[in-house]
Amino acid sequence: MRHSTRRGLAAIAAAAATALTLAACTTAETDTTDSGEFEPITEVSLQLQWLPQAQFAGYYVALDQGYFEEEGFDSVSIVPSGGDIVPQDALVAGDVDFAIAWVPKVLGTLEATGVELTNIAQVFQKSGTLQVSWADSGIASVADFEDKRIGSWGFGNEWEIFAAMADEGLDSTSVSITTQDFSMNALLDRDVDAAQAMTYNEWAQILEVVNPDTGELYQPEDFNVVSYEDTAGAMLQDAIWADTERLEDPAYADAAVRFLKAVTKGWIFARDNPEEAAAITYDAAINAEAAFPVGPTHQLWQMNEVNKLIWAGGDFGLVDAAAWDKTVTGALAAVNQDGLNLITTEPAASAYSNVYIQQALDALAEEGVVVGGDYTPLDVLLTEGGQ
Amino acid sequence: MTAARSSARRGAAALWGAVGILAVVVLWEGYKFLGPAEGVTIGAVEGETGSGVMILPRTHDRAMPHLIDMVTRLFQSTSGGDTPPLIVPVITAALTTLGIAAVGWLIGVAVGALLGALMQRWRLVEWGLLPWIVVSQTVPLIAFAPVMNSIGLQIDRDVMPWPQWLSVAVIASYLAFFPVAVGMLRGLEAPDRIHVDLMRSYAAGYWPTLLRLRLPAAVPHLLPALRLAAANAVLGAVVAEVSIGMRGGIGRMLIQLAGQASSDPAAPWGPTFGSIALGLIAAGSVALVGLGLKNYRRGEAAA
Repeated sequence: MRHSTRRGLAAIAAAAATALTLAACTTAETDTTDSGEFEPITEVSLQLQWLPQAQFAGYYVALDQGYFEEEGFDSVSIVPSGGDIVPQDALVAGDVDFAIAWVPKVLGTLEATGVELTNIAQVFQKSGTLQVSWADSGIASVADFEDKRIGSWGFGNEWEIFAAMADEGLDSTSVSITTQDFSMNALLDRDVDAAQAMTYNEWAQILEVVNPDTGELYQPEDFNVVSYEDTAGAMLQDAIWADTERLEDPAYADAAVRFLKAVTKGWIFARDNPEEAAAITYDAAINAEAAFPVGPTHQLWQMNEVNKLIWAGGDFGLVDAAAWDKTVTGALAAVNQDGLNLITTEPAASAYSNVYIQQALDALAEEGVVVGGDYTPLDVLLTEGGQ
Repeated sequence: MTAARSSARRGAAALWGAVGILAVVVLWEGYKFLGPAEGVTIGAVEGETGSGVMILPRTHDRAMPHLIDMVTRLFQSTSGGDTPPLIVPVITAALTTLGIAAVGWLIGVAVGALLGALMQRWRLVEWGLLPWIVVSQTVPLIAFAPVMNSIGLQIDRDVMPWPQWLSVAVIASYLAFFPVAVGMLRGLEAPDRIHVDLMRSYAAGYWPTLLRLRLPAAVPHLLPALRLAAANAVLGAVVAEVSIGMRGGIGRMLIQLAGQASSDPAAPWGPTFGSIALGLIAAGSVALVGLGLKNYRRGEAAA
């Protein structure tokens, strides 16, 4: 009796195993049949890493100017963050098809979770992070951070600070690192000695505040600025990420190239028409996105600064191997205030690829679009409150 | 009560309301006038930034804008350019959040009432469920919200259309059901033994006892629970929309404008006033429910 029960169970198990194998075979088969011919993807979504603002002008311009349609997309949705949405997590979860995120943050996620994502275009070629202190503070370089109170936003925005400090032999025992909010009040109220700021956003925000002593706006001379781009801590920032595994699917790889073509055109437009691009983004933010961006002059300042980070002399979006290695070296060296490393081993080779952006650039060059070049900065006059 | 007495009472209530608002105005402006601009910090070490404990807040215009500036700001353009006055998006955002909180409140009340009734009906269910209900409220909302958002996105992808606001409403209901479940359980168990025995002597079954005795007796416990649930639903909706990045609500507006607080300090106060109004409207609407049930409101338990 018992014997026969056991035999019965074994039979069931065998049947189940066969069924599973068969199922696996069928899915594998459909995959291979897909590889020859595929249905082009016409709907994609892009996860931003922050609120709609000129930092993301290229994508909003591509939408506004119909560049996505020219590349065969019927619908492209741009999803702002600004809450607890972590772009790379949204990408891993399959909520979106592409995501904008800073390289060090994604490297941390890749090592912590073991997922695979690929940087398919390095939009910002330079770091836009600053550490701003008062002119009388005597903080002229990262070495001067010693025994000072240094503000940072956290949430993965702090790794350049730790990497730059590690290079100077400093860590959180010799520098007091404290979390600051997204306004610049911590610096203005002297709660911190130096506050983190992006060239394109918070730095402008300080310069939009009226100095109570003079009745005029604060001037750049009132502050000392350490630019992480000039330090060993400089890391690559806004990049476009794709799901590595999905890139095996020719339909997705094809969509990635077409997407990058449209985005490249968007950023070229933003380079050549910064005023218009800033206005397009501002309009998209206040109308379509129901967001509350800082006013038009602030957006123009942001557009101007972002263009400086993107157009660094090379072609748009290519990952510069030296800058990538510098980012990885910094990420390996950085230890945060809890004694944790951002990453402990080098990222997988799949973490970036120039294949897709190169295809996009080549296709654009064939169409007569000049994909490289320099940006001629504007002189943007800031106003109180950015309005 | 005569009409004259009732209108006199209403007048007094309005007067006290005005006095309350005036008191806040006087306190704010009074402290701003008298308090030191940089606040008062004790135990600060010279040359060591951020040392010491601040015991009185700063009063300068960035920390505490004048009330008149906050009100004026409400009527100035939201984000410069041709954007409408700040008060317009504040009102639309507050109404959006109110609507979501109302859906959350309804779900929470339905689930809470059902759980309360089940727990009262079967002691075993109470033993099994009540600890979990209590534990459920110790899960931090900011941990739960992204999970709920992710579930919502999966449902939207695979099962049926699931708008983001529904996730926010479910999160709001997660906070709202708790006081209702507990209040319902307490309320249904409130009738005196002697009344329950009387119903039994009439050979009344579970349902007649529930309808004629237990539910009416539960009203004084339920009304405060419904008010708490309304407050919780508003709180839950605001936190959830910030947490999952839903556009259009008051919480997200507050967060966005707070990022501009250095250069435009009066702006974040717009949505702050909006959320205060939101809470008052929510609590006030529940008070309306109480009006319809005033015959049952003897000896209402304090909320």
